[in-house]
Amino acid sequence: MNVRAAAAESVGGAGIGKSVRRVEDERFIQGRGRYTDDIAAISGNTAHLFLLRSPHAAARIVSIDAVAARQAEGVLAVITAAEMEAERFACFPTRVKRQLADGSPALEPAYFPLARDQARHVGEGVVAIVAETLNQARDAAELIDIHYEPLDAVADTARAAQADAPKVWEEFPDNICFDFRAGDALRTEALFARAAHVVSECIVISRVGTNSLEPRAALGEYDPRSGRYTLHAGLQSPHMIRGELATIFGIAPGRIRVVAPDVGGAFGMKGSLHPELVLVLWAARLTGRSVRHTADRSESFMSDHQARDNVSEVSLALDDDGRFLALRVETLANIGAYVASNGLHAPTNNVGGLAGVYTTQAFDVKVRGVFSNTVPTCPFRGAGRPEASFCIETIIDKAARQLNLDRAEIRRRNMIPPGAMPYRTPLVFTYDSGEFEAVMDKCLKAADWKGFEKRRREAGKRGRLRGIGIACVIEIAGGPPDRPFEEYAEIRFDPTGDMTIFAGSHSQGQGHETTYHQMAAELLGAPSAHVRVVFGDTDAVAHGRGTFGSRTMMAFGAAFVRASERIVEKAKPLAGHLLETAGEDILFERGRFVVAGTDRSVSLRDVARASFQLRTLPAGFETGLQASASVALDKSTFPNGCHICEVEIDPGTGQRDIVAYHVVDDVGTVVNPLLLKGQIHGGVAQGAGQILDEFIAFDADAQVLSGSFMDYGMPRATDLPAIGVESHPVPTTTNPLGVKGAGEAGTVGALPAVMSAIRDALAPLGIKEFAMPATPLRLWRAIRDAQAGP
Amino acid sequence: MAMTMSGEATLPASKEVVWAKLNDPDVLKACIPGCDQLAKDDETHLSAVVKVKLGPVKATFKGKVELTDLDPPNGYRIQGEGEGGIAGFAKGGARVALSDAGGGQTLLRYDVEAQVGGKLMQLGSRLIDSVSKKLADEFFANFAKAVSEG
Repeated sequence: MNVRAAAAESVGGAGIGKSVRRVEDERFIQGRGRYTDDIAAISGNTAHLFLLRSPHAAARIVSIDAVAARQAEGVLAVITAAEMEAERFACFPTRVKRQLADGSPALEPAYFPLARDQARHVGEGVVAIVAETLNQARDAAELIDIHYEPLDAVADTARAAQADAPKVWEEFPDNICFDFRAGDALRTEALFARAAHVVSECIVISRVGTNSLEPRAALGEYDPRSGRYTLHAGLQSPHMIRGELATIFGIAPGRIRVVAPDVGGAFGMKGSLHPELVLVLWAARLTGRSVRHTADRSESFMSDHQARDNVSEVSLALDDDGRFLALRVETLANIGAYVASNGLHAPTNNVGGLAGVYTTQAFDVKVRGVFSNTVPTCPFRGAGRPEASFCIETIIDKAARQLNLDRAEIRRRNMIPPGAMPYRTPLVFTYDSGEFEAVMDKCLKAADWKGFEKRRREAGKRGRLRGIGIACVIEIAGGPPDRPFEEYAEIRFDPTGDMTIFAGSHSQGQGHETTYHQMAAELLGAPSAHVRVVFGDTDAVAHGRGTFGSRTMMAFGAAFVRASERIVEKAKPLAGHLLETAGEDILFERGRFVVAGTDRSVSLRDVARASFQLRTLPAGFETGLQASASVALDKSTFPNGCHICEVEIDPGTGQRDIVAYHVVDDVGTVVNPLLLKGQIHGGVAQGAGQILDEFIAFDADAQVLSGSFMDYGMPRATDLPAIGVESHPVPTTTNPLGVKGAGEAGTVGALPAVMSAIRDALAPLGIKEFAMPATPLRLWRAIRDAQAGP
Repeated sequence: MAMTMSGEATLPASKEVVWAKLNDPDVLKACIPGCDQLAKDDETHLSAVVKVKLGPVKATFKGKVELTDLDPPNGYRIQGEGEGGIAGFAKGGARVALSDAGGGQTLLRYDVEAQVGGKLMQLGSRLIDSVSKKLADEFFANFAKAVSEG
């Protein structure tokens, strides 16, 4: 058998670039996925933790009477702040550090698993009850008398920053958490001074929840003999969470094992350390039992860390020809009542996205974080990227209308040309590659941008307002920009020649397992049937950073490439021994070591087997074949794309439909076109969801009004058309696979593109500004007001 | 969320009779929908346990009630707050004014303002107005009956 045929047979067309179907789906579709709650259910004899949460957005906790609850049937433990004080936990660590305007550290109030003297948001945990059954825990919770003294509360972002707003923390007089600056204020001012046009708008980006299909779940166990804790939970970064839990408990990380089994969607929210993770472990030690908590939907709405929630004053200065001179953005970002693990990441680390794909000469960016009586905010798919793209793309649209330019034309005039790469933007990012105009042109063609006015007229005849929207977006992946986080990969063969991949970043539903199989096929010629993937377990995988920031294909990919190279390097001398040829004459091709210029070869699998044959191993060879690598890349990547969306609005009812949606993306090398499409579709749906319906509503007392799916509008399949996805790959040279990342791209483009279409549909009525969400009621009101005239 | 409601009811008894009933915990307990307990702690303070159903949320409120601005037999202000545990909290008050309606009848006017929070609010915010109205109607139907039974 010749080499090529052998490789084709072994890999089965399953390498990088192939639309391989997901290896995970067989178990998921058949209901055989194993999520945290499944593990809790089958482990038996597990106690349930119920968290009694504050109904007040702000209240002093005067007294807690839990005597009756402690004696209630089935109750194993009732835990209050008093017990917590005795435990001397460290407060939750945070991962991103910022400063106040005077350079002193950002204000980070102590965040503990239970509220201490005050509750600061609706849903904050006050008492944890552990009982044999969940209903017993709930019944016991009903017996607890908490005397609250309600205080004034504030939820609204702009309101919270006002001088007379209620104080979330008495010790922080102006509710300001941090004050972040980027860009060049002086140069921006000079450019504004000589601008021919200045376009401004106050842009509000609503607060939304993640609403992952699998709610937050945690199972805590404690082994008194070894003094070790085990946490099973839906997480994104088990190793990072392990370290943080160790800090909180004041013990060595080795005394905690964290396992993230199958996870049903994370989106940034499950990267956040939530109080229940600490509580189930602590309760397990107190009660000597396994303790589980699975949030129900009501709890999720009140206690899952939420996202976005910005108010930005945005101004764009342009010259006479519509060229962007400078952009000024002043943002208030709602932090919530406490700083979440990555609470300061989303509002600050991705402001570089404001540069977009354009040659704007200067930027002046100010972001202030503001406390409010709300659940803390955390990254959510995009984590500042969609917010940035929304600001720049929305203000560009407005500028185009003001200057009477086509929205594609004004973008074209300002685009960074491919010849300018690498392009250092005046804000934060340096782009390595990208053909922005080609990407846009491809999308304009796919969406028939030129033929739109005809479609608008045709819709008009049917009494519909039709609009088209465009967004040309770029985002950072695999940050931070100057110092990307590392990732870890380990490849280990067993005596049968099968391979196990130990991966530092695991799947929350993306299909990582499939892509890892593809990498193994491509780089080591290993057929899927002989590859097993192990991830999400700190005891099994030596090190890991986790899954976030669209990084896994680049970060894990780079580590896997390095580990593969080491495997080949280690195996080659043994292959030479088996082929009775000197190592330098041996090539590695598609899973086989080949003697150059001959048809003599041996498979890597056979070499791996031989590596365990102690008696035949030549002297000096170590038994077995394994290699690991931890790689930190030098540079982040910059996936980019063009989104074009068309909507129709019924002016009589405000009912709106997305009738067409096209994406052309450049995510670099496409590892799996099928999975890429899935990522783009899902991202677009989440972005469109925020523009159309989703938002967390509070009343004036910071009570949650959108606390169930009756009031919080999730996007549904019928809200979206078939989404056209086309790729324009410009592989990057900054990582070995040439990938740029795809996890967040859909959302980054969808927020501005869908709103661009909505506003375009409203433009003929003279409506210049319209804020998300574009619910039928809000649209109907805007249309009615416009028709009523000034 | 703050909720306000006002209304009036014509009751078939004299002001003095109505006033007496308004201050009788047993009568109030019988008339307040879902009231399990109502006991007078002193002349102006009562303790109450009331069950309320608001949409998907069923709550048992344990609360304190206080009577102020007493002006026998013309009216008072009744004010209370209760914690409903998992379900949330409610607090509020009503100003009750009695006037002679002629023919041996009394006109009772009430102005209510109330606040609820927690799960009640999270799940029931759209139902609060209609449920409050229904509870008020039920109370006054019961109360009119109690008053006429003398």
